[in-house]
Amino acid sequence: MTETRKVAVVAGNRIPFARQDKTYRHASNSDMLTAALNGLVDRTGLGGQEVGEVVAGAVLKHARDWNMVREVVLGSKLAPTTPAYDIQQACGTGLEAAILVGNKIALGQIDAGIAGGVDTASDAPVAVNDHLRNVLLDLNRAKTYPDRLKVLARVRPKDVVPEIPRNAEPRTGKSMGDHAALTALEWGITREAQDELAYRSHMNLAKSYDRGFQNDLITPYLGLEKDQNLRPDTTLEKLAKLRTAYGKGETATMTAGNSTPLTDGASTVLLSTDEWAAEHSLRPLAYLTHSQTAAVDYVKGAEGLLMAPAYAVPRMLARAGLTLQDFDYYEIHEAFASQVLATLKAWEDPIFCKERLGLDAPPGEIDRDKLNVNGSSLAAGHPFAATGGRIVAALAKQLDENGGGRGLISICAAGGQGVVAILEK
Amino acid sequence: MTDRYQTFTRTPLGQTLVKNLGLPDPTPLQRWVQGSPVIDGPVIFGAIAETDAGKAIQALLRDIGASFSTATEGVASIGIRPKALVFDATGATSTAELTSLQRFFSPVIRQLAPAGRVIVVGRTPELAASTEEHVAQRALEGFTRSLGKEVKRGATVNLVYVAPDAHEQLDSTLRFFLSPKSAYVDGQVARIGTGPLVSNDPSRPLAGRTALVTGAARGIGAAIADTLARDGATIIGVDVPQNADPLRKVISRLGGTELLLDVTAVDAPQRIAAHAQEQHGGLDIVVHNAGITRDKRLANMRTDTWDAVLDVNLRAPERITKYLVESGALKDGGSIIGVSSMAGIAGNNGQTNYATSKAGVIGLIQALAPKLADRQIRINAVAPGFIETEMTAKIPFTIREVGRRINSLQQGGLPIDVAETIAWFADPASAGVTGNVVRVCGQSMLGA
Repeated sequence: MTETRKVAVVAGNRIPFARQDKTYRHASNSDMLTAALNGLVDRTGLGGQEVGEVVAGAVLKHARDWNMVREVVLGSKLAPTTPAYDIQQACGTGLEAAILVGNKIALGQIDAGIAGGVDTASDAPVAVNDHLRNVLLDLNRAKTYPDRLKVLARVRPKDVVPEIPRNAEPRTGKSMGDHAALTALEWGITREAQDELAYRSHMNLAKSYDRGFQNDLITPYLGLEKDQNLRPDTTLEKLAKLRTAYGKGETATMTAGNSTPLTDGASTVLLSTDEWAAEHSLRPLAYLTHSQTAAVDYVKGAEGLLMAPAYAVPRMLARAGLTLQDFDYYEIHEAFASQVLATLKAWEDPIFCKERLGLDAPPGEIDRDKLNVNGSSLAAGHPFAATGGRIVAALAKQLDENGGGRGLISICAAGGQGVVAILEK
Repeated sequence: MTDRYQTFTRTPLGQTLVKNLGLPDPTPLQRWVQGSPVIDGPVIFGAIAETDAGKAIQALLRDIGASFSTATEGVASIGIRPKALVFDATGATSTAELTSLQRFFSPVIRQLAPAGRVIVVGRTPELAASTEEHVAQRALEGFTRSLGKEVKRGATVNLVYVAPDAHEQLDSTLRFFLSPKSAYVDGQVARIGTGPLVSNDPSRPLAGRTALVTGAARGIGAAIADTLARDGATIIGVDVPQNADPLRKVISRLGGTELLLDVTAVDAPQRIAAHAQEQHGGLDIVVHNAGITRDKRLANMRTDTWDAVLDVNLRAPERITKYLVESGALKDGGSIIGVSSMAGIAGNNGQTNYATSKAGVIGLIQALAPKLADRQIRINAVAPGFIETEMTAKIPFTIREVGRRINSLQQGGLPIDVAETIAWFADPASAGVTGNVVRVCGQSMLGA
């Protein structure tokens, strides 16, 4: 095999994230992804041009959107000869898409590609229930009128009740928040620490808007210019007053303030080789150098649902020959403040690291001032598949602005999974 | 959980029906309350011969301030209702001396007070000096087990086997069996060996000790935590994060610390040890109470159902015990207590997984007792029968009624009954008590 090529992150674009059932309530996944993609094409001057591949996905997707990304490309300003495919790895979708594009670039299969993700919690797919679905399929198979009538007679009043997608793990029936609440208890994560992290997320995101950092990362959409969930005027006192949303009784610590809300939005990232970038008068912001996925067995309770990144990062560090302290920035997706804090605590815990990760010494503490310096999901919101693209683009730009450095990305995902990566410049 | 039938039998109409129809007549059992004496009535002591054990028994009776006499003749005629009958049978060197059992008990057994106690003290048969002595001592078990089924009104009958030269170890065990703390322990055999003499304050025997209780948030586990704390222990309550709230309530009531983890987690033993060392400087008592049931007939048993029960009930205690002992987190002179079950002894329809795990707990106790002896660490188990808990409240009515009544006391036990038995094992003064599996089942007919 020939030597692999460097994978540059060249540009990123997203639409502001909107709270569920607000500004984007009538926008479909395809609408939002097209808006984000066209913004990227406009910014990079790729209108009418072909790129190697567009890879994106959505977690909550309508059945009719089976070929969503290719359809989006056809409706976009890119050349219609650009191939595309859909992927889905829950909240890891966006980052996984970037890794897949990056791998093809590294292997020389393509020179440039666009990774993205989109999700809507408002325009959710509502399906007929399984019983009615079977009746309708049988109706389709029935050949004669009497047969069709016989099948139709099986329709029952309860069949009007549709199947609505639940924000719950299929194997435990518990919501992600309920799972995170258990992990918070196990790791002794306090309400105060969670509120503090949420507060910093809002402050950091607000500051990034104030200094114009987001200007070339976002294209306004449907009149929205900033993330709708951002509360620049929130205070620790206000956060402390919120009622708990997950867990029970006096041991509950998780609120709507320190958990991410359901959100709508889309993001995209352009990756390429140095040469391709130069040919298109573009400049590498940073390079995608390492990535790793991991999964944990949360079903039997042996590990917390959102703890997989705690496993993935040390494995990636070992392969990269780096320590946890060798980073200038840490982008740990804030699914819940408690998830971030439990992950950080786990990396400092010698017993966890020895018995569960098989490490002689824990990776240790990180400098909290380097964590999510431009805000993260608690402030921006978290349209599941769109988060990866938001983080990759923002971290690449931050590294570029810094004149170089190294950043860690860590994203936890449903099903007990984690997707992590390193950007360097 | 109230036993409605038992409440009904206490009414005048209920009494009439019970007497005339020969229905079960469960006497409400007496439970120990703080500050009350070990025994609140006269004790009659009898013996085959004058022995060291007999002397130790009489010294204890004096110690606890019991009014006791050594003669049975005339007891019935002067109207004394003894609260306890204690018989020293360690002097039985051959079957000829067994006659004295009948001579002592027959005239007086009818006079035994409600919630009375019968204790027979024998010599550990395996350690007998001769074949004849072995036979005679082994025979005692048939006597006590039968008498347990004959005595009424909440009375219990238990046998204590004491090893040669272990008579000084009798105190804590006799206190337990004489007192209302053993209300639901009936027809059992306790074995006492030699050990270091520990003198402590019997009103707070666990003062200065730290006790770990798994599954401490509710039910029997919460009762164990309460009881050990009552006896002076500092509690480390362990439960799964799902039970954080009830666990917090238990710990804030008792003091001590809480530790939220799943005992089956790969690092649970290390976490427990680290917590105990850092917060309390180590452990003296470990109670493996956490347990689950996932009942299915074997033909319908799924692998995960089987594994879940064995993981929690057996593998977790096995791994945690091993690590706590090897790491030194459990101090020398400590006490480990397993929770087995009647199902682990008798087996139960639909509980192959549960009974396997609970019989395994007995194996753990028997295997480790001799190995841990050189560090004076003791390991014992309780095997609860039908105990009134949230879990048994969910059993269908008829099965529950049968479960409650098919024992000598004709009622279910309470979590406190299991807890008191564990407190006896935990007591440092029980230094000679190891390798025991004592049922807390009201002398259930299952697996007896």
